[in-house]
Amino acid sequence: MGKLTVNLCGIELDNPVIPASGTFGYGYEFAELYDINELGTFSFKGTTKDPRFGNPTPRIAECYSGMINAVGLQNPGVEKVIAEELPRLKKCFHKPVMANVSGFSVEDYAYTCEKLDKEEQVGWIEVNVSCPNVHGGGMSFGTDPAAAAEVTRAVKAVTTKPVIIKLSPNVTDIVAIAKACEEAGADGISLINTMLGMRINLRTRKPVIANTMGGFSGPAIFPVAVRMVYQVANAVNIPVVGIGGVSTAEDVIEMMLAGATAVEVGAANLVNPYVCRDIVRQLPAAMEKYGIENLRDIIGGAR
Amino acid sequence: MKQSIFEIRSNVKLTDTAYKMVLAGDTSAITASGQFVNIKLEGLFLRRPISICDYDDETFTIIYKVVGKGTEAMAEMTPGTKLDILTGLGNGYDLSLVGEKTVLMGGGIGVPPMYNLAKKLIAAGKKIQVILGFNTASEVFYEEEFKALGCSVTVTTVDGSYGVKGFITTPLEQMDYDYFCTCGPEPMLKAVYKATKTSGQMSFEERMGCGFGACMGCSCKTITGYKRICKEGPVMKKEEILWEN
Repeated sequence: MGKLTVNLCGIELDNPVIPASGTFGYGYEFAELYDINELGTFSFKGTTKDPRFGNPTPRIAECYSGMINAVGLQNPGVEKVIAEELPRLKKCFHKPVMANVSGFSVEDYAYTCEKLDKEEQVGWIEVNVSCPNVHGGGMSFGTDPAAAAEVTRAVKAVTTKPVIIKLSPNVTDIVAIAKACEEAGADGISLINTMLGMRINLRTRKPVIANTMGGFSGPAIFPVAVRMVYQVANAVNIPVVGIGGVSTAEDVIEMMLAGATAVEVGAANLVNPYVCRDIVRQLPAAMEKYGIENLRDIIGGAR
Repeated sequence: MKQSIFEIRSNVKLTDTAYKMVLAGDTSAITASGQFVNIKLEGLFLRRPISICDYDDETFTIIYKVVGKGTEAMAEMTPGTKLDILTGLGNGYDLSLVGEKTVLMGGGIGVPPMYNLAKKLIAAGKKIQVILGFNTASEVFYEEEFKALGCSVTVTTVDGSYGVKGFITTPLEQMDYDYFCTCGPEPMLKAVYKATKTSGQMSFEERMGCGFGACMGCSCKTITGYKRICKEGPVMKKEEILWEN
């Protein structure tokens, strides 16, 4: 085992650095730039049962130390992902990959996860519960412990691979939701998804984003993410993946000290396409600076 | 695509709001007229995508309009300043489809990509006519530069304060052409789409996240499926365009 190695839900990662879903496509755009096998793994573009175009444009807004996106889960649908995207992904990435799944009903989630679970290269299934529940008045599954648990149970019933539930930070008590997912059988928790945000164009006096609101991400949300990772990691006994504004090797160490077993990098990929490779390469020097011999030893070290 | 550091050679004001910047560095990733670059600016999170006006083995030129914080900061920059830039983004114009008598139409800040395209088409022995459209006389730029390439140039202004009064499509009716290439704001592109009777290529603009196909921030629907303006575009063939409203 190398000094960067961590174990995420029974699967060994060469390092804890994972590009987050929606910022890395299905890997091959980045594989043109560098060997993406240098990464621990990556979480591929959020996949749904049916193909989705997503929201109208503009979908993107600039913010202080971050951005807002309202892409709206554009993806070709699970059948096409399996038939077309995964074979392409396999050519450039040779490790287990994290399949990110979204849905608009419990049945949607179960359907998509069951299909992806059968794919050999899928190592983990990351379930994004931030989507609105169309049968539940449009409220996000991730804002209600019972709804999040229901999705978890439905997915666990039809899958064999580790299931990681990706939580929304737009809630009053994230610990209650994390615990509900753990009790429902989740193998891991990843957090945080984007924070609900909005910008207004002063010239037009209209929202910048066509969908009015969107998900705020980037270094600005890092302290919120560290806090929530700390709270959740203290409350559950399953691995936690830290996400939110991570852009440097030091950020990775901080997230792991808060309790993260592995760390996802999102918005930073869009600004510096090499950022995840750079973080992996900079980790040994950063570890030396802070007297860390093995990265896995510091998980939850701030507790 | 390539990420590298460029140094500003010059940065001059062309009109009240348009600036021309020449940057020196590794231009090897730039392969076609109509491609764009994505520039990292200090204090701003997302890069700023800007079309290439012209390029050679050592430099590229952009002409940008000051519209927000990013371009305001760029307008203040002095020669010698170094910038982190992604180059070789987007597909650019497909020269193999262009006819013998092509009309190039650039509207406002859509004029710059037409310049390198004109240069390439002239070098390939094609006969070209150029229409440059602006709102008013004070916004006009690059008329002389296009003329120096040997093109026949018509300038239009909406208020009639310079050249032909009207839109970019106004002089088109009198012209003999078998193909067109255009770049400009969407309402202009729609007007060009309706006014032209031949095939052509149109360059689109959209707010972008990454500029290299990762985030799906700039997707659009076309007759041949969903496309990313930054990756499969910004240049689309007239035949594949699907107007949604």
